[in-house]
Amino acid sequence: MKTYKAVIGIEMHCELKSNSKVFSGAENSFAELANSNIAPLDMAFPGTLPRLNLKSVRDALKMALVLNCEIPKYMYFDRKNYYYPDLPKGFQITQNTEPVGINGYIEVPFQDKTKKVLIHDIHLEEDSASLEHYFDVSLINYNRSGVPLLELVTEPCFNSAEEVLAFLEYIRTVYQYCDVSEADLKKGQIRCDVNVSIMDNDATELGTKVEVKNINGFGNIVEAINYEIKRQSELKDAGRYTEVLQETRRFDEDTGVTMRMRSKVDAIDYKYFVEPNIPKYKITDDFITSVKKEIPELPLARRAKYLNLYHLNEVDTSILIKDKSLSDYFDECIKLGIDAKVAANWIISSIMGYLNKTEKNISEIYLTPKRLKDLLENIQKGTISGKQAKEILMKVLEEEKEVTAFINEDNAQMSDAKALEELITNIINNNPNQVEAYHSGKTNLFDFFVGQVMKETKGKANPILTKEILQKILNK
Amino acid sequence: MTYMNKTLKEIHSSLKKGEVTSAELIKESLAKSHEIQEKCNAFVTILDDAKEASVTDNILSGIPYGAKDNYSTKGVLSTGSSNTLKDYVPFFDATVIAKLKEAGAVMVNKTALDEFGMGGTGTSAHTGIIRNPWDISRMCAGSSAGSAAAVSAGVYPYALGSDTGDSIRKPAAYCGIVGFKPTYGMVSRYGLFPYASSLDHCGILCRSVEDAAIVIDNIKGQDDHDMTSWDSKDIHLEASLNGNVKGKKLCYIKEICDINNYPSATPELKEHLANFQKTLEICRSMGMEVDEVSIDKDLLDAEPAVYIVLSYAEATSNLSNLTGIIFGPRGEGKNFDEMVLNHRTKGFSPLIKRRFVIGSYVLQKENQEKYFKNAQRVRRLLVDAWKNLFKTYDAVILPVGSGPAKHLDGALDILTKDTEVLEEHLQIANFGGFPSITIPNGFIDNLPVGVNITGNCYDDANVLNIAYALEGKMNYKNMIAGEKR
Repeated sequence: MKTYKAVIGIEMHCELKSNSKVFSGAENSFAELANSNIAPLDMAFPGTLPRLNLKSVRDALKMALVLNCEIPKYMYFDRKNYYYPDLPKGFQITQNTEPVGINGYIEVPFQDKTKKVLIHDIHLEEDSASLEHYFDVSLINYNRSGVPLLELVTEPCFNSAEEVLAFLEYIRTVYQYCDVSEADLKKGQIRCDVNVSIMDNDATELGTKVEVKNINGFGNIVEAINYEIKRQSELKDAGRYTEVLQETRRFDEDTGVTMRMRSKVDAIDYKYFVEPNIPKYKITDDFITSVKKEIPELPLARRAKYLNLYHLNEVDTSILIKDKSLSDYFDECIKLGIDAKVAANWIISSIMGYLNKTEKNISEIYLTPKRLKDLLENIQKGTISGKQAKEILMKVLEEEKEVTAFINEDNAQMSDAKALEELITNIINNNPNQVEAYHSGKTNLFDFFVGQVMKETKGKANPILTKEILQKILNK
Repeated sequence: MTYMNKTLKEIHSSLKKGEVTSAELIKESLAKSHEIQEKCNAFVTILDDAKEASVTDNILSGIPYGAKDNYSTKGVLSTGSSNTLKDYVPFFDATVIAKLKEAGAVMVNKTALDEFGMGGTGTSAHTGIIRNPWDISRMCAGSSAGSAAAVSAGVYPYALGSDTGDSIRKPAAYCGIVGFKPTYGMVSRYGLFPYASSLDHCGILCRSVEDAAIVIDNIKGQDDHDMTSWDSKDIHLEASLNGNVKGKKLCYIKEICDINNYPSATPELKEHLANFQKTLEICRSMGMEVDEVSIDKDLLDAEPAVYIVLSYAEATSNLSNLTGIIFGPRGEGKNFDEMVLNHRTKGFSPLIKRRFVIGSYVLQKENQEKYFKNAQRVRRLLVDAWKNLFKTYDAVILPVGSGPAKHLDGALDILTKDTEVLEEHLQIANFGGFPSITIPNGFIDNLPVGVNITGNCYDDANVLNIAYALEGKMNYKNMIAGEKR
């Protein structure tokens, strides 16, 4: 098979976080029970009207700003008209004439560099109901009907499935950083349409564009893209490129192939027009400014900081960046004066283990960065050993008590030189045979004395100090 | 003693004095409903079990009213006069219905309309033709035909209507009563079955301007459920009726009112326009200035087509929820598409289907620029022309229609092209969302005719006050069909 240049564009739909749906008062949350989160509008009962969720508007605008888009003067919506069982109104409220953002771009980490991805537009719309098909019946669940959806449309600026994957993974973290979506793949909160065409490497004109609709999961997206590139390339190799049609296909997860849904000729005319029930909303400079204030430092900027300023390694950086709450925790530690590498080490090697085990988020654990700092200071002072610190860390997490609660006389390290010397002198006096053997060359008996000290102090003797004093007395 | 032919204030006063009870009023109204149903076929549902309400200081309390059957009424059949919803019982009240309930008003029936408000004849309801109580061989006009018939027959002092083109204001004229639609968004549309959302208004049919003001005061207000509604708590319509109109400026449009525009005018039209001039004289006699102004005839002539394009397009989309899947009688078929097709084919009248075809056509990608977008542009031009008049004038005053109610036989009679603007100009108030009121201003062939007063957005109080003053100088207030005046 010859290698052709692939040209890929993405339409990414992501469900937004909000208390209520984008055009109704029904709750926007994942519900196990079908048809439990519904307002009359979500089932299009006669006389119902949309009421726009301001939070969703802010979130959409926030992402448009993050993607460096041009922002329109007014926010308004259009109706996309078509009949389908999952669309009770017979139209979807979306943005066609004036999306909340157009002509944007974003830098995305790809391999060792960054790739500039061009954004055609980003717009706010409502999700449809979900359908379940059985042998002789189909069921409709309206819980998803009206969930706020942000659709991001890129220019055809990708050349491989890997680039697309890097983009999707990065955008997913950006959505999470900006707190607009959980972007949870397991809950199906992200769905994509991909447009794939191929062309000769030296060609200037784009090939025939094939759309694969509604793919769930990043793995499937990669698979679908690669399948299409292969399918189109093989047809082109065989001199049958005219058989690649401008059409809409769907991806079958079980077999990993794409299949024709409809051709361009059968394309639906959505008869868009402006939604009359939602008045135009002026996007003022003040409004933009207030939304801008909510945009946090983005993962790419943090990444650069961790690598170049804190000199963390690539692996640790990636782990911390991937989850905003981890990264926030880490940044807080730095702010408190904890050494970057020490902080990274404690978070990744100890705290994350606990998080994985308990399925908790780092933002909700009792061991705040401040408490972590208390703990680390005790190691520095020599009050506790590193090993003890790890134990205390777990206790703080599990019992939810201050660090000091676990550093008492019982477990505090014995660093009192005078007391230690007294104790060691006693041990030496009580073991004359071992002392003699030591002096006659059995130097490995040194460890025996250390052991005795530890036994007497239940392991709390400062090991370094113990060794120093032992050396001093034995070698007198 | 009958009460349902009286004004709201008179009835309220009798209730307060204990001369009559709410239960007695309901009984009278229901009896009258059945009588008028027999005569005019005005209702979809008569609520024989309507319960009395306690009488409070609210003028509406304890008093019966009717609601057009395109208002969503909790627990009461709401059909939009369509077979597609012939069995639909909503589980929520329209905001207006809820507000009237809160005021203590008692709904006694649901009135028939042209299917989903589409139509100007009162002949396309799924329950059959609605007849004019002044002469049952004539139409009430539409679409609020049942409401107009009932109010003019004295079933109750007022009924709710809705107005997308002239659906309140034309039936009011044909039935000799008052019809008012306030500024777009003053009254919430939540729970009103939509026809064309950008043109739909809730409003009122009653027998005096004062009653119109009282009812609208009760049902207006910003509503979380309707984003196009606005805060009007500083507007008090009834309290603004002082009859003081000296120095107010009115205008009428030469291209609509001049008899010379109609070379083949019928005697009725001649009389109607002459009568209109008499009304203008009354306005002048009250110290109002009345000027004749000119509007580009081509622009006016484009108006009816603009209405058709915009309202049919929106209707096509608005009524797409009627699939028979979630509510309404479910169609037969092997799959979703077949079931929907069957439901809609059986359910809608031919008139509506025609409108859907046109609405769909003008929205198609290849036609949208030529029809839909151009219609929107002309809408803007017409609204700007009227807004320009409102810079100088308090209101535009115009005759309603080309004469009295048309014969039902003649319902088939197609409007002649030259009177089209005269018949359809009320739609401009829907284009602009202007407050607009029709009051009776005379009789032709013993049938009432009406005059319309339309003002600028948010100037409802001024419009009502002008109508109130004019009504006071004429002898057509509080008329009941067939009763001696």
